[in-house]
Amino acid sequence: MTLYTRVLRNQYHDSVVLMLAAKELKGQAGVIDAAYMMGTEVNKDLLQNAGLMDTIGQSAHANDLIIAVKKDGDSQAILDLAESLLSAHRSGEKTSSQESDTLRRVIQANPNANIVLISVAGAYAAREAREALASGLHVFLFSDNVSLDDEIALKKLAVQRGLLLMGPGAGTAIINGVGLGFANQVPKGSIGIVSAAGTGLQEVSTLLAKQGLGVSQAIGTGGRDLSKDVGGLMFFAAIDALQADPETETIVLISKPPDKQLVEIITAKVKDSQKPIILCLLGAEGPKDVSKPLHFTRTLEECALVARQVSTDSIRDIPGLIAEEDQKLFEKYQGLKGSFSPDQKFIRGLYSGGTLCYEAQVIWRDALSDPVYSNAPLTKALSLQDSSTCKKHCALDLGEEEFTVGRPHPMIDNELRIQRMVKEADDPQTAIILFDMVIGYGAHPDPAEEIGNAIKKIKHDHPGILWISSVTGTEGDPQSLSKTRAKLEAAGVIVCGSNAQAARLAAHLLKN
Amino acid sequence: MDKEPLQGLFGKQLKAINLGLEGMAEGIEEQNAEVTRVNWSPPAEILPNMVFTKSGASIDQANDEACQRIIQSGAKLVGMGIAKDVIPGMREDMILHAGPPITWDRMCGPTRGAIMGALVYEGIANDEAEAEKIAASGDLTFEPCHHHQTVGPMAGIVSPSMPVFILENPVHNVQAYATQNEGLGKVLRYGAMGEEVYQRLRWMEEVLYPTLARAIESMPEGIDIKGIISQALYMGDECHNRNRAGTSLFLRAIAPALIRTQTDSEDTAKVFEFISNNDHFFLNLSMAAGKACLLPAENIPGSTIVTVMARNGTDFGIRISSQPDQWFTAQAGEVEGLYLPGFSEADANRDIGDSTVTETAGYGGFAMAAAPAITQFVGGSPEMALRITREMYEITHTEHPDFKIPAMDFRGTPLGIDIRRVMETGILPRINTGIAHKKPGIGMVGAGILRAPHACFEDAFNTFQKNYCA
Repeated sequence: MTLYTRVLRNQYHDSVVLMLAAKELKGQAGVIDAAYMMGTEVNKDLLQNAGLMDTIGQSAHANDLIIAVKKDGDSQAILDLAESLLSAHRSGEKTSSQESDTLRRVIQANPNANIVLISVAGAYAAREAREALASGLHVFLFSDNVSLDDEIALKKLAVQRGLLLMGPGAGTAIINGVGLGFANQVPKGSIGIVSAAGTGLQEVSTLLAKQGLGVSQAIGTGGRDLSKDVGGLMFFAAIDALQADPETETIVLISKPPDKQLVEIITAKVKDSQKPIILCLLGAEGPKDVSKPLHFTRTLEECALVARQVSTDSIRDIPGLIAEEDQKLFEKYQGLKGSFSPDQKFIRGLYSGGTLCYEAQVIWRDALSDPVYSNAPLTKALSLQDSSTCKKHCALDLGEEEFTVGRPHPMIDNELRIQRMVKEADDPQTAIILFDMVIGYGAHPDPAEEIGNAIKKIKHDHPGILWISSVTGTEGDPQSLSKTRAKLEAAGVIVCGSNAQAARLAAHLLKN
Repeated sequence: MDKEPLQGLFGKQLKAINLGLEGMAEGIEEQNAEVTRVNWSPPAEILPNMVFTKSGASIDQANDEACQRIIQSGAKLVGMGIAKDVIPGMREDMILHAGPPITWDRMCGPTRGAIMGALVYEGIANDEAEAEKIAASGDLTFEPCHHHQTVGPMAGIVSPSMPVFILENPVHNVQAYATQNEGLGKVLRYGAMGEEVYQRLRWMEEVLYPTLARAIESMPEGIDIKGIISQALYMGDECHNRNRAGTSLFLRAIAPALIRTQTDSEDTAKVFEFISNNDHFFLNLSMAAGKACLLPAENIPGSTIVTVMARNGTDFGIRISSQPDQWFTAQAGEVEGLYLPGFSEADANRDIGDSTVTETAGYGGFAMAAAPAITQFVGGSPEMALRITREMYEITHTEHPDFKIPAMDFRGTPLGIDIRRVMETGILPRINTGIAHKKPGIGMVGAGILRAPHACFEDAFNTFQKNYCA
């Protein structure tokens, strides 16, 4: 064991650099201990105590660097290596581009961002939404399975901060002309929409677009917002926002039947509104006294027509208008009435849009004498025990969780619906298969092609089944309304102008 | 954090961030709008999402309040005094130590060594052997510095006759205290004992203290320590493990007063030498300034901000604003670092000291990006320094507008550790520290970095949830 020392005159090095070099030196073969130290008296004592001092080291002054190495065997070369380590290139920390981001980091790197879209699994989504709100960003929360407690807390936080929290389970919104989630290319206009029903918003905004009317803003609140527990926190905040928005002249409010007390609160809230309010509570009884500025409607179709009437100041008898349109349609297909075999008694509605499924049931409640069962029924009594098998008239919401666990939503993936079409066509009691087709951003790039081809095949084996559909979409959508219609019609599907109309046509053709 | 009114969204160009399904982002791009994707990965654990307390108070608002109090605080050196005369609650039979409360039997080597040394220095014991008996006898009271508005580096021992700096937070009218820094090597705070240590302590009491005290008292405005911290961050210090710039700035600030009030030029020269030879002289001032700023943030109902983070060499303890009297503890960690000649990992004591007050107050390890040289302790680079600071923004509530980092485009340092964020992200606070020998009586053996232990944050999180949110 030998001690080697070297003194480098007038060499200053940061103590950290020196300690680091010492660490490397200690890692060399045969090295027992090593040190690099500036030659101050304190340091000389330290070296003495460590047994790393000799006369060479003692000669160092405060501005000199002492290198001391204790090593097995004799080799002066170790001092050269020691010296070279001082200037050795440090590879440093590897920087990884594979590192995953956090939402906070991305928000901080994008100070101009104003909205966050969240579609991660529900269990994680609440925390990320809180992060976005805490940073002052609006949130479009597509994720499902966010707990009710989390929804309430997040919405309170959003209200406190003057922010939107759309969702959880928000399918659609149009903010500043940009569609979020499942949304359609609709013109910019003066009708503002607040909807607690996702496809309801799409249906109304596209029906308006078909009439040449545009949307200012369309805010989806998530289906639970108008429950008693959430109390319409975001619904009311969105109404306030549209009231204050100079571009919004007419306000449309859409929901499945909300908590009864909330209907009263909504009515009270809008009764002094300067802007006309069109309330569409699918299938619900309206408030007792409906007077201007409030208009009450029962279907999405009626809602869109009243919105047109109000915003264009035209005076039309809306129910009369609908009946007139129906009459023309019924006459056109009158020949199909009675074309069914005696076994063929039932309608099977296969929906990708939950609100559309609901709207159809509202219409059939009045138009059909027999009950309509569903996995998303109007009342509990009509609930379908086993949603894998239909009985009598049925309206299936294929976007419900029982169908979407582990697979994409039927607006994105047509496979599930095609399988179900085959199954219903195999049922000799099926007379009419009715389905919706929602196109637009977020939806399948060409659903009419896939579904149309499937129907052509099914028809080959089951020519007696009647196919009716409607397309929720616009010409400006990536899939194009007219192309979609044409493909369905080419497959032998009757394509109606609205979901409500399709439901009424089906009911009409089946009635004796 | 802006609170943009809802109306502020309408009419603006939509700029979206997408977290989740790629189709969502594509849909927005198809409409020629701007979207930024988050390359997200799910956290290891799913925890309760605490937004409001059960009484309806917003936790973020409570945290805003806690952080605002820290930010608005000032920290001025206004005087000095003897511990037993000036530290609130200090007694003749009391010894203060770093970290959470601990009994003699559980104390680590350096803390025991420093207590024994302090007893000899005080004249309570004649030698170390006697000191050990007295310390173990139960006749003395050991309490955390933090219970007395005081902070102490490493063992953090404050005995009754030690001189201390008095830091004043004029905004909130509170004071904080810390001893004078002894320098590196064989020093009491690292648990060293022996004549060399006592001699230095006596000189610090008899010469350094009166010389500095006279100078400080002659300065009507005192010395703005918070201001020096801000400047030092511009000069390569993070004011925890590196205090070279802070010490120089302090010496510059006090120099004229030292000369004006001197009684003996040789004493003054020695004081100059002592401070300029000790790069860490400023550390104790930096720590006391942190404490002075953090004290007003204590006791805000519903706040999840960490107001105390401290170690005694055995346990690591934290306290949070809403529960200011409760310690949440876990075993203190092992430091990854570099060692002085003759020492290695095998000699190292577990993490020790109140100096984590700096990280708690928004500098120290959290301002690593301002002090890239420090990362070399663990073979790091300036890029690593940036990354460490960037990472700390993930667990802090806000940024400190007075402490800026030039290399990050003068962004404020990460401030206000939020236990919710620590638990949700799994990111534990980074700490820069010195390393003490685990045996009493030896002293400093190295320096390095580590992270705070997970268990005390988990405990604090669960307790907060139970008390405030369940």
